[in-house]
Amino acid sequence: MEQLVASLADGLLLGFVYGLSAMGLTLIFGVMDVINLSHGPIIALGMFGIFFISGGTAFGLHPYVALVLVALLGLVFGFIVYFVAVHRVLDAPHLSSLLATFSVNMMIIGVGTALFTTSPRNLDFSMGSIQLGSITLLGTRLIAAVIAILVTAGLYLFLYRTPPGKAIRAVSNNRAAAELMGIPSTQTLALSFGIGTMLAALSGGLIATFFSFSILSGTVYELKSFVIVVLGGLGNPTGALIGGLILGALEGIVPVFIPVSWVPVIEFVLFVLILLVRPTGLMGGR
Amino acid sequence: MTGQQAENDVILQIKNVSKHFGGLVAVSEVTFDLPRGQILGLIGPNGAGKTTLFNVINGVYPPTEGRIIFRDTDVSGKQPYDVVHLGLARTHQIVRPLNDLTVLENVMAGACYGHEQHPLREAREIALEVLEFVGLVERYDTLASSLNVAQKKRLEMARALAARPYLLLLDEVLAGLNPTEIAEMVQVVRKIREQGVTIFIIEHVMHALMNVSDRVIVLDYGELIAEGTPEEIADNPKVIEAYLGDPKLAERLLRGEED
Amino acid sequence: MNSWKYPAFWLTVVVVIVGGAVPYVTGSNTWRENMFLILLAIALASSLNILLGYAGYVSFGHIVFFGLGGYVGFYLIAEQAWSLWPATLAGGVAAGILALLLGLAILRLRGAYFALATIGVNEAVRTFINNFDLFGGPIGLELNFSVYRDYGGPATMQWITYSTVFALTLLVVIVSYGIKFSRFGLGLMAIREDEDAAMVMGVRTPMAKTMAYVLSAIVPGMLGVIFFFRNSSVEPHEAFRLHRSIEMIVMVMLGGQGTVLGPLFGAATYEALRGYLLTSPLFKDLQLALAGLLLLLIILFVPSGVIGWLRGRFRRLWRVLE
Repeated sequence: MEQLVASLADGLLLGFVYGLSAMGLTLIFGVMDVINLSHGPIIALGMFGIFFISGGTAFGLHPYVALVLVALLGLVFGFIVYFVAVHRVLDAPHLSSLLATFSVNMMIIGVGTALFTTSPRNLDFSMGSIQLGSITLLGTRLIAAVIAILVTAGLYLFLYRTPPGKAIRAVSNNRAAAELMGIPSTQTLALSFGIGTMLAALSGGLIATFFSFSILSGTVYELKSFVIVVLGGLGNPTGALIGGLILGALEGIVPVFIPVSWVPVIEFVLFVLILLVRPTGLMGGR
Repeated sequence: MTGQQAENDVILQIKNVSKHFGGLVAVSEVTFDLPRGQILGLIGPNGAGKTTLFNVINGVYPPTEGRIIFRDTDVSGKQPYDVVHLGLARTHQIVRPLNDLTVLENVMAGACYGHEQHPLREAREIALEVLEFVGLVERYDTLASSLNVAQKKRLEMARALAARPYLLLLDEVLAGLNPTEIAEMVQVVRKIREQGVTIFIIEHVMHALMNVSDRVIVLDYGELIAEGTPEEIADNPKVIEAYLGDPKLAERLLRGEED
Repeated sequence: MNSWKYPAFWLTVVVVIVGGAVPYVTGSNTWRENMFLILLAIALASSLNILLGYAGYVSFGHIVFFGLGGYVGFYLIAEQAWSLWPATLAGGVAAGILALLLGLAILRLRGAYFALATIGVNEAVRTFINNFDLFGGPIGLELNFSVYRDYGGPATMQWITYSTVFALTLLVVIVSYGIKFSRFGLGLMAIREDEDAAMVMGVRTPMAKTMAYVLSAIVPGMLGVIFFFRNSSVEPHEAFRLHRSIEMIVMVMLGGQGTVLGPLFGAATYEALRGYLLTSPLFKDLQLALAGLLLLLIILFVPSGVIGWLRGRFRRLWRVLE
């Protein structure tokens, strides 16, 4: 029983980070109807980002400070990807944007493999742990969850209280109408995409604080993000957070009963089933 | 095509058909009969539920309530492909050509998969015949995407005809056409009836519809508000009132003007 | 079938026969190995084209058929001492059955949802087999080299398997044309152009799509068996590699979907390019990145592919480049 609670707690903490990552994916879909298949590699880039900026080199910044830089880089990278790959295929059939973003995926992984090889890296970072009764909670995971919650709150404040945020919501509601009201849709779309990738990179950085990783790790989290997004509803950021928690809980509880290697199978079967039953997700779409 | 049938035979019975989309009532308790060989016109202000009614008849949507009886078979809620196999074809308000295929291939598809399920070779013969009938045969080898609006409408009609239907549902075939094109299309519609096909036609081009229909029914807010000959309908105060919400149309109705 | 009336059919068949015959003529092992990969790519891409090019359904996870068929056949050969060809057939049948079951479920989804579902399926199958002890779990299965003796030794086995792939490629090309010029193919293309209109026209879309899906899965299943048999081993990561699936899409799109010549051209070009890159020390690791770049360029600038573009530009070549 204790083991179950401990696993669950761990899973939930992870779930916040998963939710953050999925939020990026779902935001982009909600605003511009594009499923960003480069989501995974960008998570991996976030992992490498924090690794290089804080750990490996002359910078020697504290990881949580490096995280800010990683987020900013993620934002900028998103702009680039948007203008290079996405902008032109916005109004083309969905599959064009799927393939376009997947091509970016391939390019990142290709170059990344060449530069970094596929050997796993480790940030070797620890923030101690807390004891809650009989459960030990790792400091890094706790802080990561807190950061995820703070960023989510920040995102909401941004979307609902600031002009660019409101512009994003307007564009996602009805692009034509928003343009008529004078909202610069291209910049707004680019910003949305950038925020989406920023969240992905950020979540990657956070994951790197407690797991080892390689350029291919992003794919695993990308697939988890997909599962979360269909659980929580395409285009629904709150749903993404809740979906993340559900998945985290699932990952925490299930291995107590069956070998952990079966968890991915369950996740993917669930993914396909939800797509079949309710393609807009269990909690409804935007 | 079917031969001459007794005019008293009812080919389509709509019994108390309703269609709701969540809270929205698009079609409400509509009941009428369509005798074989007749041309029945369907008019009504925009948003009255005319296309929705068509969609329910040919199976795109199942009816929320009521039944559709086609040639003595209950087709309520059947899939569109099953409905066309029974001999009921339709055209769309916004044409749907198969863009990357040629005109001939478009119509062949109609012949292959329609009522008579022809193999490819016969389908080709039928398609050429039908294209001749609607006046598109010289363009048989062009891509559907490169046709103009009037030609696309004829293509849509040809494709439906190639399915060899007993009943043809025409959804605003005249929209977007100039007066000459309208006159030509009306001729085609008359020729189709001469071949023995029953026609159910939605139209906003009033004078054409009134001219070509034997009988007219009127829908407003999803309800059937009037039924009768074109003259009776033009004089019907309920109909005029329905259209007063749409002043341009009301005027046209009253004066019998051209578009 | 009336394919024989079309010049494109003969052009393509001749190209495949001539190209495939080269290794026999030169007797060179290098030629054989290169052509093996090229023919494999052509057969895979052409199979995918039946679903993607004709019906318009983009399967991102198509490699699942290659992998599953491969596993089934390999298992039968390695663990149950089956002979190569029955095992190959079994692999094809297994893939076909999977496609049938899947098709009934996921072909209800359209566009991007379908694409995502196929990714989910591939990953679900991969992770399942990762846990499936009968198929060796994460380590996979291995073939005892002594098995090759039944086929005249490793060297002869290479030639035999090459011939099999050659034959399968020819089969796929002929079947592709057969479908393209058939009533069934017309129905598929109607679905591709406008699925709702196709339904209204009378095409039984669920059955047609499922049929296309099954047909597109069988040959990849068979090819999987041969590939892994030659490899003498199979493991989950290799068998269900998602990027390989996308490469199949790149091949089809590079040449142009919907024609038979398109995927052939695209596959041959891509595979030749890939082979070159893998041997060049400079580009070895960048092969995936360059594939991605190629895909992006195609999507942005030449969405109808090379053959598609040629057909559009030179109307007279229409009948030749089908």
